[in-house]
Amino acid sequence: MTNLKLTNVEKTYAGNINVLNDINLDIKTGELIVFVGPSGCGKSTLLRMIAGLETITSGDFTIDGVRMNDMPPAQRGIAMVFQSYALYPHMTVRDNMSFALKLAKKPQAEIDAAIDRVAATLQLTDYLDRLPKALSGGQRQRVAIGRSIVRDPKVYLFDEPLSNLDAALRVATRIEIAQLKESMPDSTMVYVTHDQVEAMTLASRIVVLANKGIAQVGTPLDLYERPENEFVAQFIGSPAMNLLSGTVEQTGEVTQVRVDHGGGSISANIPTRADMQGMSVNIGIRPEDMEPTTSDNYAFENVVEIAEALGEVTQVYFKRQTANANPVIAKLQGIHREVRGQTMRMTAEPGKVHLFADGQSLLYR
Amino acid sequence: MHPALQAIVTIIIGVGGCVGYFYFSNQFLDKVLFPARGPNAGRNITRANMIRPWLFLMPALLALGVYLAYPVVETLRLSLTERLPGGESQYVGLANYQQMFAEPKFWEAMRNNMMWLLVVPALSTVFGLLAAQLSDRVRWGNLAKSLIFMPMAISFVGAAVIWKLVYDARPVGQDQIGVLNALYMFFGGTEPKNWLTMIGPNNYLLMIVLVWIQTGFAMVILSAALRGIPEETVEAAIVDGANPFQVFFKIKVPQIMGTIVVVWTTITIVVLKVFDIVFAMTNGQWETQVLANYMYDKLFRANDWGVGSASAMIIMLLVSPILVWNVYNARKEMK
Repeated sequence: MTNLKLTNVEKTYAGNINVLNDINLDIKTGELIVFVGPSGCGKSTLLRMIAGLETITSGDFTIDGVRMNDMPPAQRGIAMVFQSYALYPHMTVRDNMSFALKLAKKPQAEIDAAIDRVAATLQLTDYLDRLPKALSGGQRQRVAIGRSIVRDPKVYLFDEPLSNLDAALRVATRIEIAQLKESMPDSTMVYVTHDQVEAMTLASRIVVLANKGIAQVGTPLDLYERPENEFVAQFIGSPAMNLLSGTVEQTGEVTQVRVDHGGGSISANIPTRADMQGMSVNIGIRPEDMEPTTSDNYAFENVVEIAEALGEVTQVYFKRQTANANPVIAKLQGIHREVRGQTMRMTAEPGKVHLFADGQSLLYR
Repeated sequence: MHPALQAIVTIIIGVGGCVGYFYFSNQFLDKVLFPARGPNAGRNITRANMIRPWLFLMPALLALGVYLAYPVVETLRLSLTERLPGGESQYVGLANYQQMFAEPKFWEAMRNNMMWLLVVPALSTVFGLLAAQLSDRVRWGNLAKSLIFMPMAISFVGAAVIWKLVYDARPVGQDQIGVLNALYMFFGGTEPKNWLTMIGPNNYLLMIVLVWIQTGFAMVILSAALRGIPEETVEAAIVDGANPFQVFFKIKVPQIMGTIVVVWTTITIVVLKVFDIVFAMTNGQWETQVLANYMYDKLFRANDWGVGSASAMIIMLLVSPILVWNVYNARKEMK
């Protein structure tokens, strides 16, 4: 049982620079929680507070009910994998992995057994006597992971562990981490990244951090299908969700909204109350959910300014309706030649249309 | 001419001369020797650029040749000859060396130099490392660092004078102006001691002066090295359960070992050449002789060019291997 609980946690630097506010989070045994957010949102700071490398300004952090705020990192039962791997450059791979165990005064036989076991699972057996500088990036990454595994911690912390690897290796290592997690179902992991593909593929739950707080917590598909606010809606998914301003035309189980700037009228599977009639909203449609139509139920009709043919999809950029309107992008499946300059009428299934008022999704009202 | 004026004129001539040399020699190269015009413009530019590095190197090469390379050869020659009355000299083989090795004073200088060699680099490096590590942790660390570094700006003779005052002794009954005796009397000493004449300890009292000067040097270099250590390796060690001492000795020190060696050897070379401090404080009396002062004694006091040069060769012989090692390590650090 390893339950991490953050209650009203706050972080303030040098007395007045507030970086994190009112963080409440309950992480359960065996979960892989991913912190994502734009750079500077405090996701690494939050991880370092869990690790004990940063102090917690106020609030409580407990592991299995034991308050950890003032506990030194080594006694929290955590292990951390750093972005730069942070291998000790003057020690061999074996010494790097055994450092913590030696400090803990474990018997030599036990240390050797642990290292042999971990080295075998991570395919590092042949490299145990090498210095880190004689290893490739991927091998260093595995040593860093191995160094945390030999300690058999209750909680693993990963601070952007893949961002120093090249694209191909990143995919391979991502899969290795996913397999590692599967082989250790009882261990809890907290993983920080700015890469939403990593977040979507690895996480049992994603925590989106923004504006000094948590924007939403949920499973990857939860965040994708039912974002609580415009920030999460646009942060998850690439290209970002299109937001079109509009007005509620008809309320009920299915809401009908009229798109501004001479757009069409489109229905959304989101129930609204009668008093919301005439309310101005933002209509969110993901580029991949957009489809051309000839029906009267559509979002807008406009000229294609740019078309990017990627083979599997064609990304279409529409002309802005007014100078200050948001640009709109649609992802059309397959190849669409000579789409540029054409006028297209675009719609989406009612189940895939999101509605936001004041930045918050109407789903959660 | 007023000395200050003279100094200013010298600086102007010196700096102006350098600027003038580089400007006019380059002008000559580009405009007269290999002008970048005419049918061979391209070839001329290539040639001028091949010569240009030598224009910049020339003054340094000349100065090094005249003031370094030539004196080494000349000293070697002098160490193998004997001066005869009337300005003639005569080849005597290794006689100067034999004479020197037979002198107890030479062996005293040799023994003292070896002690200096062990004590000063070790203490300077250890104190420098301590100062670098500790001053990084406090708010007034930079102030402490500037204070520790300040002796570096004092000449060896100046430092010797300062410390001679520290070790000064006044007759009983008078106020002790030497800090050491003042403290000694304060803590119950009966009569002030003449520290510099106490055979044995006096050597270490001289070494302290050099340690005082070189600690600042060691601290500055090691402080930069400590800051170059990736912070994440320190954090990883903390997460691994290392206490501050283990972080320092098992993570930080091994990572800056190369720099420590460079600092250590650099100070060793300074120590082998130590002269001013001994010259100004005891002049080698009371068994404090060192090689450089011995050489000065022989060369300029006894006017014995043969033995003096022989001792100079011995100093060079001792310095050279350490110098090579120092340069090797410094280059390795730079990679």
